[in-house]
Amino acid sequence: MVQQKVVMDAEGIDRSLTRIAFEILEKNKGVEDLFLVGIRTGGVYLADRLRAKIAATEGKAVPVGILDITLYRDDLSTSHRKPRLGKTDIPASLDGKRVVLVDDVLFTGRTIRAAMDALIDFGRPRLIQLAVLIDRGHRELPIRADFVGKNLPSSLWEAVSVHLTEKGGTDQVIIEETN
Amino acid sequence: MKLTRKDILGIQDFSVAEIELVLDTAESFIEVSTREIKKVPTLRGKTVINLFYEASTRTRTSFEIAGKRLSADTINISASTSSMVKGETLIDTAKNLEAMNPDIVVVRHSAAGAPHLLAGLLKQSIINAGDGAHEHPTQALLDMMTIRAKKGRIAGLNVAIIGDISHSRVARSNIYGLTKMGARVSVAGPATMIPRGVETLGVAAYTRIDDAIRGADIVMMLRIQTEREKNNIFPSLREYANHFSLNSRNITLAREDALIMHPGPMNRGVEISPDIADGPRSIILDQVTNGVAVRMALLYLLTGGDE
Repeated sequence: MVQQKVVMDAEGIDRSLTRIAFEILEKNKGVEDLFLVGIRTGGVYLADRLRAKIAATEGKAVPVGILDITLYRDDLSTSHRKPRLGKTDIPASLDGKRVVLVDDVLFTGRTIRAAMDALIDFGRPRLIQLAVLIDRGHRELPIRADFVGKNLPSSLWEAVSVHLTEKGGTDQVIIEETN
Repeated sequence: MKLTRKDILGIQDFSVAEIELVLDTAESFIEVSTREIKKVPTLRGKTVINLFYEASTRTRTSFEIAGKRLSADTINISASTSSMVKGETLIDTAKNLEAMNPDIVVVRHSAAGAPHLLAGLLKQSIINAGDGAHEHPTQALLDMMTIRAKKGRIAGLNVAIIGDISHSRVARSNIYGLTKMGARVSVAGPATMIPRGVETLGVAAYTRIDDAIRGADIVMMLRIQTEREKNNIFPSLREYANHFSLNSRNITLAREDALIMHPGPMNRGVEISPDIADGPRSIILDQVTNGVAVRMALLYLLTGGDE
């Protein structure tokens, strides 16, 4: 039997995103030069939701980009399985922008390392910040998030998955034991 | 779905799922070539050797650019500057290259089956960049990618391939690929250029261009290999142009939204009239752009760690 536990429901996710949206605005003093970049695939939907919340608050549109970090992974030459490559779409130069990277779960930090390398290839951002819905710990690189929905202490034998309606399903965060 | 094969030798043994995987991956690679910094670190430390025993500008450059945009080291060897002129055999050349530990060897050779021979001898991945009149798999993949991008699908489309079908590896690979993907393929050319029994590949064969392009969604013109004029396969280039060139007259038989393709290099005024080649329906340069993406996809999918 696999043990499953819902650690965040739809309302919880929504409240966290609302708070993160306000924190982003507070820290960056508004939307000027702000640029959200969602990491495929979960981060893309969360970036979109943050954009909507920021637009509702400030009445201004913030550009959103999509980043697939596959080509920047550090395990490509060692793993035999090739991850399926998704499309990257950064609609404008990132020169001088205040970029907020958005991902669903922060774990080892390797995805974020790859994402930062990828971003630099699109220009020289003024700064890069990181927003995640879940921080589950177990970092393998010196990386931390600026905006966190929920800190979720987990063991390495547990899987944390973020389910979103955009992916088909209901909004919830589930933690389950794997063997 | 992943590409499990070691080599890319031909479309004949490709599955639909494999073709779709390559096309999907290639579509994602298009974006890299539109960046200001057209390079990703994916194949850092990998070596790609382009071993070309036949003349080529497009294919060799395309493979080289594909490798470089993925950060691989690419080395070009062409017959005229290699030890082949000193009499070294293909196998000896290949074994020597293998000893230098490349990761992928891209081969073009005038003899059908040459890449297959090397695939059996070398532990490296071999990509066939054209072998004799046999196959040119990367050309068929980039053609299918271009058709799918422009038309949104391949299945159900009418594709006419016009020219020297007998000697064309482009035609052969495209026939394998397009029929697998559900297109209706018709071919046309002088009777001396239509291989006997071509219908067994699932295509309709004609000896008049009009019959093949009537109702076509895609018209794919092949280069007439002018060196074959000497072999009496056709009387003269002018005669060929009179009967088989695509021009503003016969193009009206195709569908109104039909698109024109050509693998290059073109003989303007022979198989295709310049106003068609440069006209609004021509997607010949899109083919070239997509060629880089398809080759990036294949290099990406073929390299990786050990199992």
